[in-house]
Amino acid sequence: MSDIPSDFLYTEEHEYLKPTGEEDVYQIGVTDYAQGELGDVVFVELPDAGTSFNQMDVFGTIEAVKAVSDLFSPVGGEVLEVNSALDDDPSLVNSDPYGAGWMVRMRVSDPSEIDGLLDADGYAAHIG
Amino acid sequence: MTEELARTPLHERHVAAGGKMVPFAGFAMPVQYPTGITAEHAAVREAAGLFDVSHMGEFNVAGPDALSLVQRLSVNDASTMDVGQAQYSAMCADDGGVIDDLIVYRFDDRYMLVVNASNREKDLEWVRRHTDGLDVSVEDVSDRTALIALQGPAAREILRPLSTPDVDEVRYYRFREGTVAGRPAVISGTGYTGEDGFELYVDAADAPGIWDALLEGGAEAGLIPAGLGARDSLRLEMGYALYGNDLDEEHTTLESGLGWVTKLDKGSAFVGRDALAAQKERGVERRLVGLRLEGKGFPRPGYPVVSDGEPVGQLTSGTVSPTLGVGVAMGYVRAGLAKPGASLQIDVRGRLIDAVVVRPPFYTDGSIRR
Repeated sequence: MSDIPSDFLYTEEHEYLKPTGEEDVYQIGVTDYAQGELGDVVFVELPDAGTSFNQMDVFGTIEAVKAVSDLFSPVGGEVLEVNSALDDDPSLVNSDPYGAGWMVRMRVSDPSEIDGLLDADGYAAHIG
Repeated sequence: MTEELARTPLHERHVAAGGKMVPFAGFAMPVQYPTGITAEHAAVREAAGLFDVSHMGEFNVAGPDALSLVQRLSVNDASTMDVGQAQYSAMCADDGGVIDDLIVYRFDDRYMLVVNASNREKDLEWVRRHTDGLDVSVEDVSDRTALIALQGPAAREILRPLSTPDVDEVRYYRFREGTVAGRPAVISGTGYTGEDGFELYVDAADAPGIWDALLEGGAEAGLIPAGLGARDSLRLEMGYALYGNDLDEEHTTLESGLGWVTKLDKGSAFVGRDALAAQKERGVERRLVGLRLEGKGFPRPGYPVVSDGEPVGQLTSGTVSPTLGVGVAMGYVRAGLAKPGASLQIDVRGRLIDAVVVRPPFYTDGSIRR
């Protein structure tokens, strides 16, 4: 069984949003389920800090041995910080998807988009 | 997915070990175990890995004219083989296109052809279609034959206490009929990883017991089960061609790096010989090459190969080498560009990544004992 923290938000594209404690700022990455399906991650391509995206824009790519997947911005907003540790060790996405394997921190521009995301139960139902 | 997938005799072992089962050549096969492709790859390079390759096809060719049939179909020269020898080869169509690559085994009473799972039906039909005028029998024994590959620098010491005869009696591309864990086995000094190791042909019913005995005996030495994912990255680091990716009927043996097994002058006609001889005479126009990426990118089959802004070919295989940490690929390019050291580029989803033509293997520190 894959790990689905109860206090995070999720998308159907298998990204998570972890509240940071700062209002409207979330840490974003891919879920434990997603990393398991992807298999060994080899590269993660991320945007520069300061870049803004609309909801569902492609903001990066994740290259695993089996396939390349786009990363979709779960909400509109500005990238505040990217996890540069993934340049040197992309396998952190596999070993610690909710911790050291995070991808970007983002400030949400329209908090109402948060309401459309899945909660842990909704995501658990989504992945069956 | 409505098609019913075949299962190897080791299916339950894979499921119990948490193997991620995927469709491959009509079989449900483990692409990886929970350890992951990178760890399985590393285990084979540093210790040992155990692969189920029971999906491969095995045909027995027997009768007074068995050698004649093999010679008629195989581009290599089977007449030079000793009993107990294995030989890498290919079968070609009339136009020289590769029907399949295979290993020919010479037993005292028969030959065994080991073919790719994806080509088993096609190959059987092909072999049987070429028996005209020959006193020969062709039997598909794939379903009752399991194939277990034990590969890695520790493979020899893992197998030694479990096998008769002693593993050192089995040299590279030779085989012995003996036992493993007390059960009959053909112990073959072959593999697809670039490491020392063995391939074990055993009865399907004996496979689970042998699998368990090897894993138990090899645990201390670091033996773990490894899936198709690691098998692919291991063979790519060695530049070994894979049928369906790098080899197909659209390319001849001379184009696809199998010129070294194509014995045009072996003294007996074979299917495709005339076309191959004519192509050799006029020179090939494209060639399968190894490519090492100089920049960051994950090369995948289908990506264009570019020279001076012009497409000059296409990748047929690629990965990021777990051992070397760089992209390695194989693909067909125009023959004039197929020289080791030549600078090309690969179009990785819109980004042009520099690449250099390399004569395989990419990985040169394997423990293989030639």
